[in-house]
Amino acid sequence: MRRKMYEKEISACSIFGAMNIEGERFTGEGVIKAIANMHLRGNGLGGGFAIYGLYPEYEYYYALHIMFRGNEGAKKETDALLNRSFDVVHDEEMPSGERANVPDPPLVWRYFVAPDKKGKDKLLSDDDYVVQKVMDINLRIENAHVFSSGKNMGVFKGVGYPEDVAEYFQLDSYRGHIWTAHGRFPTNTQGWWGGAHPFCILDWTVAHNGEISSYGTNRRYLEMFGYHCTLNTDSEVIAYAVDLLMRRQNLPMDVVAKIFAPPVWEAIEREEESKKILLAMLRRVYAPLLINGPFAVIIAHHGEMIGLTDRIRLRPLTAGVRGKMTYLSSEEAAIRLVSKKLDRAWTPNGGEPIVVSLDGGGRGEKVDEVIPFA
Amino acid sequence: MEGEEEKKWMKSYLLPEFIIERNEDRCIKCKVCERQCAFETHRYDEELDRMFSNEESCVGCQRCAVFCPTNALTVKPNQSAYRPNYSWTGERISDLTKQAETGAVLLTGSGNDRPYPIYWEHLLLNASQVTNPSIDPLREPMELRTFLGRKPDMLEAELMDDGEVRISTEMPPNVMVKTPILFSALSYGAISYQAFKSLAMAASEYGTLFNTGEGGLPKDLRKEYGKNAIVQCASGRFGVDLEYLNCSAAVEIKIGQGAKPGIGGHLPGEKVSCLIAETRMIPAGTDALSPAPQHDIYSIEDLSALIYALKEATNYEKPVSVKIAAVHNSAAIASGMVRAGADIIALDGLRGGTGAAPKMIRDNVGIPIELAISSVDERLREEGIRNRCSILAAGGMRCSADVVKAIALGADAVYIGTAALIAMGCTLCQKCYTGKCNWGICTQDPYLAKRINPDIASRRLTNLLRAWSMEIKEMLGGMGINAIESLRGNRDHLRGVGLQEWELEVLGVKGAGE
Ligand code: SF4
Ligand code: SF4
Repeated sequence: MRRKMYEKEISACSIFGAMNIEGERFTGEGVIKAIANMHLRGNGLGGGFAIYGLYPEYEYYYALHIMFRGNEGAKKETDALLNRSFDVVHDEEMPSGERANVPDPPLVWRYFVAPDKKGKDKLLSDDDYVVQKVMDINLRIENAHVFSSGKNMGVFKGVGYPEDVAEYFQLDSYRGHIWTAHGRFPTNTQGWWGGAHPFCILDWTVAHNGEISSYGTNRRYLEMFGYHCTLNTDSEVIAYAVDLLMRRQNLPMDVVAKIFAPPVWEAIEREEESKKILLAMLRRVYAPLLINGPFAVIIAHHGEMIGLTDRIRLRPLTAGVRGKMTYLSSEEAAIRLVSKKLDRAWTPNGGEPIVVSLDGGGRGEKVDEVIPFA
Repeated sequence: MEGEEEKKWMKSYLLPEFIIERNEDRCIKCKVCERQCAFETHRYDEELDRMFSNEESCVGCQRCAVFCPTNALTVKPNQSAYRPNYSWTGERISDLTKQAETGAVLLTGSGNDRPYPIYWEHLLLNASQVTNPSIDPLREPMELRTFLGRKPDMLEAELMDDGEVRISTEMPPNVMVKTPILFSALSYGAISYQAFKSLAMAASEYGTLFNTGEGGLPKDLRKEYGKNAIVQCASGRFGVDLEYLNCSAAVEIKIGQGAKPGIGGHLPGEKVSCLIAETRMIPAGTDALSPAPQHDIYSIEDLSALIYALKEATNYEKPVSVKIAAVHNSAAIASGMVRAGADIIALDGLRGGTGAAPKMIRDNVGIPIELAISSVDERLREEGIRNRCSILAAGGMRCSADVVKAIALGADAVYIGTAALIAMGCTLCQKCYTGKCNWGICTQDPYLAKRINPDIASRRLTNLLRAWSMEIKEMLGGMGINAIESLRGNRDHLRGVGLQEWELEVLGVKGAGE
């Protein structure tokens, strides 16, 4: 048997996120413009978008965006697996514009499904069941890759500049209350469609700029919990880590930020007693999930968008607020392009998350003021 | 010793191993060499007013050469040799000759010196270029702090209304070391009180741990150095009582040792002085015998019983380590040990040192530590229990790069034994079992032992820890990592050179350029 070989792509990038904290849906025009404005941070080898509040008509079904390469085989196998494991209520080829400037687009299909659990799978929650199936497809079916797997949201991504990818998937026709976007600059391998950002598991998405020097440690820890990194890029670990910590272990975002980007021991020692104990415990237990190396990341799920940098802030991240809109971006200029006037704009400290959420967690409910985590 | 009788009447056919050259122009006949050598190699002849050497007894420890005030001495391997023979090397011939003359098991000290592959030499580290900034440890924080012991699978945390986070998970006991380098088990009895105390002092000064080995912890050292001690509970159960267990940082059950897997120990009665007797809790002058197995551990269930007995005795406040020699099935054994309740797995590899071991065992039993770390770490991960223990690797770490590679393969920290002895003066003459260590380390002879001044020797040891720690920080920074935990098990930062496919597979690393 040939050794298992892990590939890791390295990339520099642009990231952008916009959220309406009243949950009102808006079109992607501004977001596409903003990410296109950071054209030089990418190299045309990857771009992508995550949109929340995307499929209100199917809001109770998992929306699976799946990419197929090569001939029919992968799709046939995947269809068989989906039909075995889910009720597929609707599926169709992803609408796309043929003329967009993207190389070798693969077949992308969307399925709206409800879990059909049998036997001992009935003990699993719906979410855990879906994660398992996503892993099955990514791991076992060659040439099939799940782009996204959450409800009422979806990821569109591919090779090309983000504005070209947006054109290819005709994103100007969609609306959502959170949009995140990513422009990619992979440096060590040819970009491929599955390797573009955002990464997604269930409704968690991650758009990441950076290189994770702790990748091996993070990946091997996540493998113990059933996550297998198959998309050949280091950012994938953040998506799985977020799923593990926030969904499965139910840890609050403030805590997760301190796991990914913990304060140094000297700073921990200066904290008051209760905080010291907490931070020290987090570092001990979750040491393998410290994300080391330069990163800035926009994490999103329903009702929440989070920006975070590594603990010594080796990659840029800026935030801006205007009325009910909040923006996160690699560069402030991109925010100013979309919203000339801002109520405030600021750059958070390394390792300090910006959490933007809908008040009460429900969609479309009352507004809360955006506060940077102190 | 067996064979001593024979020596008296049988002419020995052995060639001297070393040749001593004394530059007569330089020699001032100060007799320093005569006094320094416990093997009685140098002799002053009053009538001739001249120094002579008896090369047959020279062990090549270089003590005389270092202390000769005029640099008159050169001690070098004897160049005269038997006819070259790939199969019957000089060493094989002289070992066999020795046995023909003594009828005894060949004894030796220190670690395996055979040319088995040293995987450290076949692993190369990574460094950041362009896409990831390297970090300068002189200007940026660089963290080596390491916690040893079991970690829970997850924390239950709840965000309270007042913004406080409440954790309801109970934390198992962990011990913190400021650098991932600990001193390996070196028992009082095998080494001198002075050498033992030096290790204790250095560990406490630097914020790491030393390991008492199986010979107990002298009472006068408990108060000051107990909190930096891993106290061993071995097959002889020497010196184990409640106070011993409870004054410590952690407790270690010794099942095996890399230099002599499957073999016990024997401290001859003449070395059992009053203080050793008191510490080991045996009568002075009696032989201290460590049986090969622990006679209450014939199975994994028995191990579990002892682990929990020790946890009970220490009120569940100390992590319990279990040390085994790295052998063919280490991975499966380690998994059993974790399930039996071990909080730390200490692995001692093929090249681990010893005060005394049969040469055949030292040279032929066990597996290299690099492969053992890798397979144990991988196995525990496959079973999802890697975080339930820490892995301490021992046996053959010669420099800070070896430590970095050990951690990248999957160890939490390393034990150094031989390296610590060298820092105190040891020159690896391998004669520890004779009790005549000229460097004052492996001896109970008060005249020799006082050659170690704990103030100075502990300083040499802390210097070593400081130097290695700094080098580790440099290497981490180069990889774009600023906390040691992000290196642990991070085999992406290693590449193999000159290794076969199966070796790369066991090590879990890619080949260089892949
Ligand atoms: S120590 Fe050096 S100078 Fe002194 S007697 Fe020996 S060889 Fe001569
Ligand atoms: S401890 Fe002493 S006897 Fe043993 S190898 Fe080192 S110098 Fe020689």
